[in-house]
Amino acid sequence: MSEAAAVATTPPLVAPAQPRPVVLLLRRSWQQARTKVGVTLVLLLVGIAVVGPFFAPHSPSAFVGAPYAHPSSHAWLGTDNLGRDVFSRFLWGGRSVLGLAIAATALGLALGVTIGLFAAYASATADDFLMRAMDVILAFPSLVLALVAVATVGPQLWLLVLVVGITTAPRVSRVTRGSSVEIVERDFVRAAEAIGEPRRKILLGEILPNVASPLLVEASLRLTYSVGLIAALSFLGFGLQPPAADWGLMINENRQGLTVQPWGVVAPVLAIALLTIGTSLIGDGVARASSGIERGSDEE
Amino acid sequence: MSAAAPVLEVEGLRVEVERTGIDIVEEITFDVGAGEVLGLVGESGSGKSTVGVALLGHARRGARIAGGHVRIEGRDILGLPADQLRALRGRTVSYVPQDPGAALNPALRIRLQLEETLAAHGFGSSDDERALRLEEMLDEVLLPHDDQFLRRYPHQLSGGQQQRVGLAMAFACRPRVIVLDEPTTGLDVTTQAHVLETVRSLCDAHGVAAVYVSHDLAVVATLADRVAVMYGGRIVELGPERALFKNSAHPYTRRLVEAIPELSGRHALEGIPGTPPRPGHRGAGCFFAPRCMYAVERCTTEFPPAARVSGRHVVRCFRHEDVLAVGARERRPAAPRPQGPSETLIRIESVNAAHGDRQVLFDIGLAVRPRECVALVGESGSGKTTLARCVAGLHRSFTGTIEFDGRDLPHDARARDRKTRREIQYIFQSPYSSLNPRKTIGQIINQPLRLFFELNRQQRYDRIASALDRVQLGPSVVPRYPHELSGGERQRVAIARALAAEPTLLVCDEVTSALDVSVQAAIVDLLAELQRDMQLGLLFVTHNLALIRTIAEHVAVMSGGRIVEAGKVDDVLDSPQQDYTKALLADTPSMETALAAAERE
Amino acid sequence: MRFLWHGITGFVIRRLLLGLLTLLLVSIVVFAATQTLPGDPARAILGRSATPDSLRALRAQLNLNHSAIVQYGDWLKGLLTGNLGTSLAARQPVSAVIGKRVENSAFLMFLAAIVSIPLAIVIGAVTARRRDSKFDHGMSVGLLGLAALPEFVVAILLVVLLGTTVFQVFPAVSLIPPQDYPWQHMNELVLPVLTLVIAVTPYISRIMRASMVEVLESDYVEMARLKGMSERKVLWRHSVPNGIAPTIQVIALNLAYLAGGIVVVEFVFGYPGIGAAFVDAVANRDIPVVQALAILIAAVYVLLNVAADVVTILVSPRLRTSLK
Repeated sequence: MSEAAAVATTPPLVAPAQPRPVVLLLRRSWQQARTKVGVTLVLLLVGIAVVGPFFAPHSPSAFVGAPYAHPSSHAWLGTDNLGRDVFSRFLWGGRSVLGLAIAATALGLALGVTIGLFAAYASATADDFLMRAMDVILAFPSLVLALVAVATVGPQLWLLVLVVGITTAPRVSRVTRGSSVEIVERDFVRAAEAIGEPRRKILLGEILPNVASPLLVEASLRLTYSVGLIAALSFLGFGLQPPAADWGLMINENRQGLTVQPWGVVAPVLAIALLTIGTSLIGDGVARASSGIERGSDEE
Repeated sequence: MSAAAPVLEVEGLRVEVERTGIDIVEEITFDVGAGEVLGLVGESGSGKSTVGVALLGHARRGARIAGGHVRIEGRDILGLPADQLRALRGRTVSYVPQDPGAALNPALRIRLQLEETLAAHGFGSSDDERALRLEEMLDEVLLPHDDQFLRRYPHQLSGGQQQRVGLAMAFACRPRVIVLDEPTTGLDVTTQAHVLETVRSLCDAHGVAAVYVSHDLAVVATLADRVAVMYGGRIVELGPERALFKNSAHPYTRRLVEAIPELSGRHALEGIPGTPPRPGHRGAGCFFAPRCMYAVERCTTEFPPAARVSGRHVVRCFRHEDVLAVGARERRPAAPRPQGPSETLIRIESVNAAHGDRQVLFDIGLAVRPRECVALVGESGSGKTTLARCVAGLHRSFTGTIEFDGRDLPHDARARDRKTRREIQYIFQSPYSSLNPRKTIGQIINQPLRLFFELNRQQRYDRIASALDRVQLGPSVVPRYPHELSGGERQRVAIARALAAEPTLLVCDEVTSALDVSVQAAIVDLLAELQRDMQLGLLFVTHNLALIRTIAEHVAVMSGGRIVEAGKVDDVLDSPQQDYTKALLADTPSMETALAAAERE
Repeated sequence: MRFLWHGITGFVIRRLLLGLLTLLLVSIVVFAATQTLPGDPARAILGRSATPDSLRALRAQLNLNHSAIVQYGDWLKGLLTGNLGTSLAARQPVSAVIGKRVENSAFLMFLAAIVSIPLAIVIGAVTARRRDSKFDHGMSVGLLGLAALPEFVVAILLVVLLGTTVFQVFPAVSLIPPQDYPWQHMNELVLPVLTLVIAVTPYISRIMRASMVEVLESDYVEMARLKGMSERKVLWRHSVPNGIAPTIQVIALNLAYLAGGIVVVEFVFGYPGIGAAFVDAVANRDIPVVQALAILIAAVYVLLNVAADVVTILVSPRLRTSLK
């Protein structure tokens, strides 16, 4: 400190205080064009799914004309295989897909994050055991597992959520564990151990905030995946049962009339396509933003 | 020493950021003769590595060579078309990289990587000739040339061997110019000494002009004939090694020399307050002015042109005459080490530790007294970090006793009582890894307060502020995140966090290895001061022998998991008893010995 | 015996054993899941008009009188000896029902693999070389979009685009007569193969690009350039051998994924493979068929995963030498 008087004043830290890392991540994600497109698509389709029914001109089970009739002023997108209004059924059809997919993803995330965090921080044997258990679930394609379950119990909605959730969990746990293991090696976790922070506090306070970015990305990937899986199960006839209005079910029901009246298939197919593309774009936008932030903060 | 016409001439070299045009380095001018070694020194951000690769006509990703000339034997390589430039690289001018492990292709065997340099430049007209040449190359760098060795992959070689392979590849085609980019970083002192010897002898034998880029001035002093000092992307001083280090004409060079720890430990270490400017934030005048004690009005508006001090000694400073006139500045003598009390703070007895099933510590016995500093010195693999971690409770698989304040310590930190956990604090080597990137500085320092004390909000804030004040950081950093601070500042935060617990023993594990020389000096100085003021016991782990006299009273030298020699610092350093200690002292590069040797010539 | 446990052979054997263990666990899960039927399977098959005698006979035939563990043991024994049980719907041995279909599905997967793998590698390498160019950005967004779509959406969109509504180039269904071989009807195979290719190519090419980029920006590639190596040598001798390793893992994983993807694709196109059979069996609650096919698909999955691990080790010298 004897130099303090003689030395010219050191320049103060010029950058203004930064916001919390999560906020920063979200802000930077938004700056990507693809995130904007993704959010638009998702909002659009969620909007259709949630408020669509209020705007449906007809009841989804009402017969408004001959089967596979062309679009008219009466039925804007024509009629389906039984003569019901495609447009109305389309507006009604998103709720089930979306609702089930969100529920399944939430379940999978909750399970997967818990298992992954625990495996990363626990002893080697616990880690091994948990990951082997996850491997067994991962040992076959989710669709096959779901179908096996449906073959046994029947097409129940709660079963769909459960099975899709259970097949999501291992993938989430793998990502969580992978990121956490890298964090666990870092010195600030050692420092917390040395002072004697309890295990739970270390998991929640030190490790979890640092895996938030990859988890956000994984969450959107899983949502994309769940939507696809739930829609596929409905398409195969194992989701909602007729006469319910459901996008996946509609696609299968109206396949025969494709050459005559495509809208019964095209409308729901495009809806599902745009929804999955949207969630996927959001995930990619967040991924790019977080890798950009990491690269920037390592420049020392 | 230097031939008639310089082999390498650099004139007005400028490298800028490709996207924005911001200058990274500019107005770089120097020359090197055959058989001469030019040291290019600077701290991080000075641009020295950028200059290094530019001598091969290369710019790293995102950068572009924007102007100037690089002439090798009269030929400007910056204007050459790609295929001619490629023909030059490896043949006329070659490069020895910093990280040999990363620079060797992990998927290819050593033989192939060595041979392809020869083949690409048309060396030897037959396979036999090339094989012979390969043998010669490996002999020169003291590596075996048998088939079994050549069939290895890079990861099967030690760090020192990898670097020798790098040297062999660089000298293979008998280049005229060779650029070495900090080639001994991460190597043991002993290996480093050998590598430097090899470099020197090869350069002498083949009359190669060498540019040695480094931040380690002691190494440069041992090896180089002339030195160029870089700051903020410019060369601020250039001259013969002895003149430049003994009578620096630039304030920055002077401060840099004063920051180098000396084996003799006569003077206290002094850092340079502030941080160097990054590209784009450099301002109009001299870049060093904000941190310079000689700065005047003119220094902030104009960048000083090159002024000749003597023969081949050039400097860019308006006040260089005043700097020279001052002569050797009155440096603070090292503070006298106090006599410690006789009771023990930490006693380590018969400790044997293991990593998995490999034993790494053999029968360790050591004592640290209250308010005293014990330095634990050794190369990598000596077990010093393991021992430090055992003390801190982070390494659990060991037998033997560690007593703290007369009580036996449980091996696991979590099993220890609160008082012990509070009183023993650990500071890690890497400031980039020891702070949670998702927490603010305030939250980080609050952690020990939260765990060990019952405080209300105001008290907590006061303690955080006072901890920061002790490490010379202002309260403005409290809401910041670690990535907003420099390495030195982060390390100070780590120290503040430790201090907030009001410890009686600080365990410092190579806390300055990841920092620049001037920052290192400041941190060591800070630790020494804190230890005196707060009467802390200190266990200081380092591989740099030169640091310990500034800070420690006692030293234990470790090698291969055993304590080879221990005693008072003065005793061990002035009259070492063991061969290992003697060899370590001899191999440690030292500015003083280098200057003394140069004087004798 | 030592030879069998160490080195590369040892690793392969250990990995195979682990795979078999996983498969065993999977079989338990499958069996447990399908045997927790509420109600009486015999009655469900014979219907309400069944006589108590016939019920008793069927129950004995189906082995239902024994404990679950014995039933599992019998089933497992049957699997290993090639007796996959009897289809409840077809009243025939399961092996007869699915035999030809396995061939058909295998061919479909084979075609999908030989198209998608080289295509993805090339796309990955090219976009890595030209990273951050407009081409790269375009491809990245395009592949991202394709990867997001569920297979049945891709299949339906292809049918709409190329089969029925927009153009009518390819048949919308791929019905192959049971006595013919699939390669005699290549026209019918185009759309299903295309669907499968679109399903896996984005993932493989993305990983290829990522690992190539990492390699191209590595210190050793920079060093190769500073040694004066030609760009061709830099790419082929220095970059690709390093970039290919992570890609192989993903390739195997995606091939495994195809084993599940064919379920939907065969359903959409009416292709006579095990996927379509599986959906039928689920719809009919034909448990033996469901069990057999589930295990078959899982076995393919597990084997490909094992292959992925083994090839990755073989390709990476660092991992290879650490196996001694």
